[in-house]
Amino acid sequence: MIENPLFLIYIAVLCTLLSGAVSVLAVQRHPDYLHFGSFLFLFFSGAASFAAGAWALLANRTVTDRFDMGLPWLAWHVRIDPLSGFFLILLGTLVLAVSLYGPSYTREFGRGPSTQPLPPLGIFTALFILGMQGLLIADDALVFMIFWEMMSLAGYFLVVYQHQHAANRDAAFLYLLLAHVGALVILLSFGVLAAFGGGLTFEQMRVAKLSPLWATIGFACAFIGFGTKSGMVPLHVWLPEAHPVAPSHISALMSGAMIKMGIYGMVRVIFDLIGDVQWEWGMVVLIIGTASSVLGVLYALMQHDLKRLLAYHSIENIGIILMGLGMAMIFLGSGHKLLGTLGLIAALYHTLNHALFKALLFLGAGSVLYRTHAHDLDHMGGLIHRMPVTAFFFLVGCVAISALPPFNGFVSEWLTFQTALQSTALENGLLRSTIPFAAALLALTGALAAACFVKAFGIAFLGKARTRRVELAREAPVGMLGGMGLLALLCLLLGVFPSTVIQIMAPITQMLVHAALPSATAQGWLWLTPVSAQVASYSAPFVLVAIFLVFGLGYLFLKRGTDPARRTEPWDCGFGGLTPRMQYTSTAFSQPIRRVFQGVWKVEEHIDALASPGPLARVTSLHYSVHTHDWSWLWCYVPIGRLVLAAANRIGFIQTGNIHTYLKFSFVTLLVFLWIVS
Amino acid sequence: MDSQLIAWAFAALQTLAFIAAAPLLAGWLQRVKCHMQNRAGPSVWQPYRDLSKLVGKKMVLAHNASWLFRATPYIVFGAMLLAATVVPFIVVQVPTAAIADVIVLVGFFALARFFTALAGLDIGTAFGGMGASREMMVSALAEPAMLMVVFTLSMTAHTTNLSVATDYILEAGLLLRPSFVFALLALAMVAVAEASRIPVDNPATHLELTMLHEAMILEYGGRHLALIEWASQIKLMIYSVLIIDFAFPWGIADQFSVRALALGVVAVTAKLMLLAVVLVVWETVLAKMRLFRVPQFLGFAFMLSVLAMLTHVMLEGAN
Repeated sequence: MIENPLFLIYIAVLCTLLSGAVSVLAVQRHPDYLHFGSFLFLFFSGAASFAAGAWALLANRTVTDRFDMGLPWLAWHVRIDPLSGFFLILLGTLVLAVSLYGPSYTREFGRGPSTQPLPPLGIFTALFILGMQGLLIADDALVFMIFWEMMSLAGYFLVVYQHQHAANRDAAFLYLLLAHVGALVILLSFGVLAAFGGGLTFEQMRVAKLSPLWATIGFACAFIGFGTKSGMVPLHVWLPEAHPVAPSHISALMSGAMIKMGIYGMVRVIFDLIGDVQWEWGMVVLIIGTASSVLGVLYALMQHDLKRLLAYHSIENIGIILMGLGMAMIFLGSGHKLLGTLGLIAALYHTLNHALFKALLFLGAGSVLYRTHAHDLDHMGGLIHRMPVTAFFFLVGCVAISALPPFNGFVSEWLTFQTALQSTALENGLLRSTIPFAAALLALTGALAAACFVKAFGIAFLGKARTRRVELAREAPVGMLGGMGLLALLCLLLGVFPSTVIQIMAPITQMLVHAALPSATAQGWLWLTPVSAQVASYSAPFVLVAIFLVFGLGYLFLKRGTDPARRTEPWDCGFGGLTPRMQYTSTAFSQPIRRVFQGVWKVEEHIDALASPGPLARVTSLHYSVHTHDWSWLWCYVPIGRLVLAAANRIGFIQTGNIHTYLKFSFVTLLVFLWIVS
Repeated sequence: MDSQLIAWAFAALQTLAFIAAAPLLAGWLQRVKCHMQNRAGPSVWQPYRDLSKLVGKKMVLAHNASWLFRATPYIVFGAMLLAATVVPFIVVQVPTAAIADVIVLVGFFALARFFTALAGLDIGTAFGGMGASREMMVSALAEPAMLMVVFTLSMTAHTTNLSVATDYILEAGLLLRPSFVFALLALAMVAVAEASRIPVDNPATHLELTMLHEAMILEYGGRHLALIEWASQIKLMIYSVLIIDFAFPWGIADQFSVRALALGVVAVTAKLMLLAVVLVVWETVLAKMRLFRVPQFLGFAFMLSVLAMLTHVMLEGAN
């Protein structure tokens, strides 16, 4: 009955629709329809997406299909191939994790102070996921744009779900605005391709012969449009506003999956549809990617809201993915096919990795939020004692995102470094020196990311509790732990068996650039050798075994047979009376970095000291506040906003409020159009 | 297959020798330093006595210490052990070098630092936080410079495998490459910062405001402290051996004959002793700098490493 992966996708789409339909019933008195019914269908939907993607990728199957729907001359084309299969695996995994996590998490909205109507949450979650599933199998621009818009619009309603806070409404509006600007630019890109290809289907676009100028215009539109969705600098401003205010499992899907759809679009349009990449494009992508990664992490360091911090890290990681893509384009454009393949693999690997650990971290932040209602890092502390399992999973996410061996983040960054090091193969001296410099900035990014996650984990989970609510927190429910555990396990597996993963990814590059990376896996599953064994190699299983060995030997020779440790007060310089308020805060932690890189942010620092009157003034109260602002907001968006308002004011005079005037306008417009047409 | 086995066995032995010799280097450093400063120094074996004393002590932990605090010393030691396995020490062909190339080596250091900083924050005292915050700042600046040095080396040698790279330098003979001079200077500055030496940090101090690394590990005692101390001695040794391998690898054994090995041991010992004297002179004539001067120091190291890379691309691009 099920003959090909497309059928599995149809099942997944059906389950998603059912999930949305069931949540309609989840009115106030019957929340269980959402908690069990809706998420159960999402579970099946995720499993089916995963299975379909795995089938397409492992068996290297490409299947197409068409539906005669909508306008009579515009059939809907769908297709599943290894590239969409890869992204379906990513999406399916996250949907699975979220469907485990969601039932407990959404109880929050069914009772207590944060009560919200449940049906919209279920319906828009389903539409959001449906949008992503649909655009991944779209094989013409029409279907793609329909599902793309469905994803964007459903996302808007999810961001604004807790609409009582004005900040959430503002964030959602900004999201909607930029999503539409992006969608318009994507439409232009498809327009260019469709004009040359003579039709809207991707097949026609693929065979279209574009002049270099028009290809560049098509590339630029696709890059800007999809980049807006991915949150690259300087089009990122919506991301740190919108992602943190959505419910946490939605944040996980947004940062994990939605912004990856931008990457999917880029890869699909640039590598698959346009085809002949030029190295100059790669240079642009590399520069934007480097800027995104460095600025993303520097802004993240200044955040003290945990979810906002994570959102800024998405910008950083999109930057790293773009660096990989940019290098792939540079190498492909200069005729180095194998090295281009390496860059592409590095970028796609990082896409998958980022989806996993970012979703894990957002779910972890959600668990903390669920139990403590604390957004701010400076209100947390000591959660490792209260929520040990959550803490462990969150730590896995932190280690993975900080690109430390033996987890998955390290593998993809290492591959990106290896790609950069092959720049000696290029003839162009400028490229030869730019690429390593970009790689050095990637190293800076990695080190700063580690600093940021030492801060995030250290302030939130270690030390002593800073508020009473945090002190009394309990471990998250089993379902939530299950969702996180699944992702944490995958983070480890993808880190320890990179050669296997790259072998599985071979059909993607085979399809896009007609090359695979046989050297990477030539030495078996134990060794990862991207170029050759002589040039570079890495063996993650060895690393894992060695660390376990040290633990084992340490237990045998050092710990075994010794007395249990005596507990005592920490060192307090002999003054005594250490309180939790004396601990480092997140602001204090990042102060040295704020000082070293000053100028990257607009920092407003205020110290309000209140002195008692009298001849010997003594400070009675002291208040310190620091705010960091994004320069791109002040330099790009505020002027544009002013311009729009000023223009609106100018045009305002035609708004008389008189119905006759408006009828006259309509009449004149109609006449002008008739004149143009005739 | 047999020669493979011998090579692996030798690599394991070499690693054991490496970690066993690390405290000796620290002892020698201490002794020469005392001599230089007209003090009566302890014996060169003192670090071994300290370590064994610490291992024998009963454990004392702060109330708030979590499992992470207890696990960190093992993770840190494991990372340093792994790092030590991939560095050519006595013999140049180490098959273990394939486990991790030089970028992974930097990753091991980052792993150790990440957990040390977390352990610093675990107890919930201001010292730990201060140490963690400062250490992460210093490392964020040191890591790009280190990577640029590594890139320069690996672009010349066309590999990031340390064993192959050292072999390449050995084969190339005494060739003065301007890029290597800059890279070596940058590497030395990074090494000073990363190994917590003067002028970036002072390993001997216990004055709270001047410490970086020591502030993070202030709460450790007993076998935990022993492991961490030993790990930092290994780290210093790794940086020293890296400098030796990059700049003056001559004398290192390139075959498994007794004569070559004996020569290798003598050569590396002599070079390490000499390098320690240079470090002592450097530490004696310089004072520890203010924390916010450190970015300038490391920024200079980064500029040197960029210069090295550009020199390589411009002048030595042909080979």
